Amino acid sequence: MSELHIVVCGSIVPDPLQTLAPMEGPTGWALKNEMMLPAVLDPWAGHALYEAAALAKKHPGSRVWLVSLAPKAKLQQVMMAVSQKAPFELVVADGPASGFTDSFETARVLAGAIKGIAGLDTGKLLLFGGWQSASRGSGAVMQMVGEMLGVTEQFQGVDKLTLRDDGSMEVKERVEGGAYQISVVSGAPAVFGWATGELPEPPNNPQIGMQNMQKNMPALMQAKPADLSGSGLKLSAVAVPQQRRETRVVKDVPVDDMAREIVEWLKA
Amino acid sequence: MSTVLFLAHTECDATLHKSALEALTAAKGLAEGLGHTLTVGIIGADVAAAADSVAGCGAKIYGVSGPGFADARYASDLAAAEAVARACEAQIIVAPATSRFSRALPGLAVRLEGRVDTHLSGLDVVGGQPVARRWFYRQRMEGTLTRSERPWVLTLDSGCAVPFSGAGKAEVEALSVDVSSVRTAVSGLECPSADQQTIRPDARVLLVAGAGWTKKQADGAVHVDVAEETILNFLTATKSSLGSSKSLVDISGEGHAVISFLTHMHQVGQTGSSPRHAKGLSTCCHGEEPHVVGWRFIGERRAINTDAGCGWAQGKCDVLYVADAFAVMKKVNELLG
Ligand SMILES: Cc1cc2nc3c(=O)[nH]c(=O)nc-3n(C[C@H](O)[C@H](O)[C@H](O)COP(=O)(O)OP(=O)(O)OC[C@H]3O[C@@H](n4cnc5c(N)ncnc54)[C@H](O)[C@@H]3O)c2cc1C
Repeated sequence: MSELHIVVCGSIVPDPLQTLAPMEGPTGWALKNEMMLPAVLDPWAGHALYEAAALAKKHPGSRVWLVSLAPKAKLQQVMMAVSQKAPFELVVADGPASGFTDSFETARVLAGAIKGIAGLDTGKLLLFGGWQSASRGSGAVMQMVGEMLGVTEQFQGVDKLTLRDDGSMEVKERVEGGAYQISVVSGAPAVFGWATGELPEPPNNPQIGMQNMQKNMPALMQAKPADLSGSGLKLSAVAVPQQRRETRVVKDVPVDDMAREIVEWLKA
Repeated sequence: MSTVLFLAHTECDATLHKSALEALTAAKGLAEGLGHTLTVGIIGADVAAAADSVAGCGAKIYGVSGPGFADARYASDLAAAEAVARACEAQIIVAPATSRFSRALPGLAVRLEGRVDTHLSGLDVVGGQPVARRWFYRQRMEGTLTRSERPWVLTLDSGCAVPFSGAGKAEVEALSVDVSSVRTAVSGLECPSADQQTIRPDARVLLVAGAGWTKKQADGAVHVDVAEETILNFLTATKSSLGSSKSLVDISGEGHAVISFLTHMHQVGQTGSSPRHAKGLSTCCHGEEPHVVGWRFIGERRAINTDAGCGWAQGKCDVLYVADAFAVMKKVNELLG
């Protein structure tokens, strides 16, 4: 199979170790101190990026773009770390990475950004992203980006993609109950929403990091503000449920007694 | 009069899944509350039996069937859904958030120039308007939402409504949809056998195994073989579903001494799943927030940890047993016989 044009859609999310609280502001719902929270690359989009980089390495002449709708200052911080992981060309739309923005509007902005990529051959396009985000968690954006670009062979919950010599691809998608569906698509273009994939996070490579940042700083600096104003979505309330339980701590009790209590509870 | 379309696909045995019947209850309630007409659309190899199983809802039923619709494929499922939605001029489309529809239906919003909201946790009518609820930031906060755009495509997570029941003899209007240009072929499913399969969504109890099972124990050694046996014995005795922390599945991926039957699909939490079970028992897992957000839909929660200061002690479970899980679970298995 010849060279690939892989476009990875991925944004940033608050570090999962942070406590998150919703807040209603003048422009709608947001997270409290959103711009102060440390951010990371959305984990499933990260898996997509590492899978893309590994595929590109196996197919010389391939190109990988990372297309991100995110507040550019915050994105730049995250890119300092992500850039060390794998080579890519960054395409930025400057706008909210919030979970509360409309999935359709997000897809529209991403599709527009992808259409603007110079040198992208849509006949060779493998459109990657996470099968869900850690922010909105809709699992809907990639399908819509694909539709908007006319790419109608699509896969979600992908853990493995195998390219064959004839250009066809075998795909392993997560389905219910811990099972996989195996499919074969005749070739590009296609959409792949990645789950965990099979690759560990690549180690940091400062040299790749330098090259990436040199190449990608202009994209960050020149990013245009994205217009997501077209949505009729109204969130009337967002609340963190009261989740604190009254934990009874059982200690200094014989193991047999604990086991008996657990078995009674399981059987009740 | 406006239409609420309930969309379903058949399972491989030609029935409808429980989550589809739940979504039908939600769709029917919505249609009644809004004064809209309920219409049903079913997609699958053969839809007759599935249509009969819901005929009691009284709605007109469209079917898109044939070998091209036996398998879950984005392009064929979307083409079928689009044909039904257009045939009944649906304003609101309600469907279960199965893997099959979660793959295909977001695209319907683009085809119909509508919008989509997925993984709903609730759907009601308030003041004559449809109002949906869903979780944001990986089940950390729940939002209540409405929108003005139509058609509006909605998928509902399982466990959020009572399954519809009302069989009868259905008359199905068949729609013909050409999917000859679809470039994907499904070659099969890879499923562990029922005994080997430790992910059991319908189980009453979830057992979570954390990284502690593979760590050095009080005697200074690791006992992964004992851990495996203990966990498997419990699963065999109780038919529980097995979940894991990220740390444990990550170790499994890195070639250390590992629990052999764990995969990334067992991972519960922020970047894993949020399963629904009546009870959950956590063992050798620290109970950190990125893990515990995956317990959002677990009813009663208990944990066993040697560390009295672990995350579970911070109001994240009902009972924390401060003890060696190797010892406690061995005894639990003995008692379970
Ligand atoms: C981006 C991101 C996403 C993440 N997503 C997830 C996610 O989806 N799911 C998830 O689980 N984590 C997730 N994490 C990781 C999470 O923060 C924790 O690191 C992880 O949950 C820890 O797993 P653990 O509790 O099994 O392991 P450890 O932290 O190693 O804890 C082991 C526990 O075992 C106990 N123990 C040891 N021996 C025994 C014994 N004999 N008996 C009883 N107890 C014993 C110890 O006291 C300890 O509490 C994420 C982190 C990040 C940064």
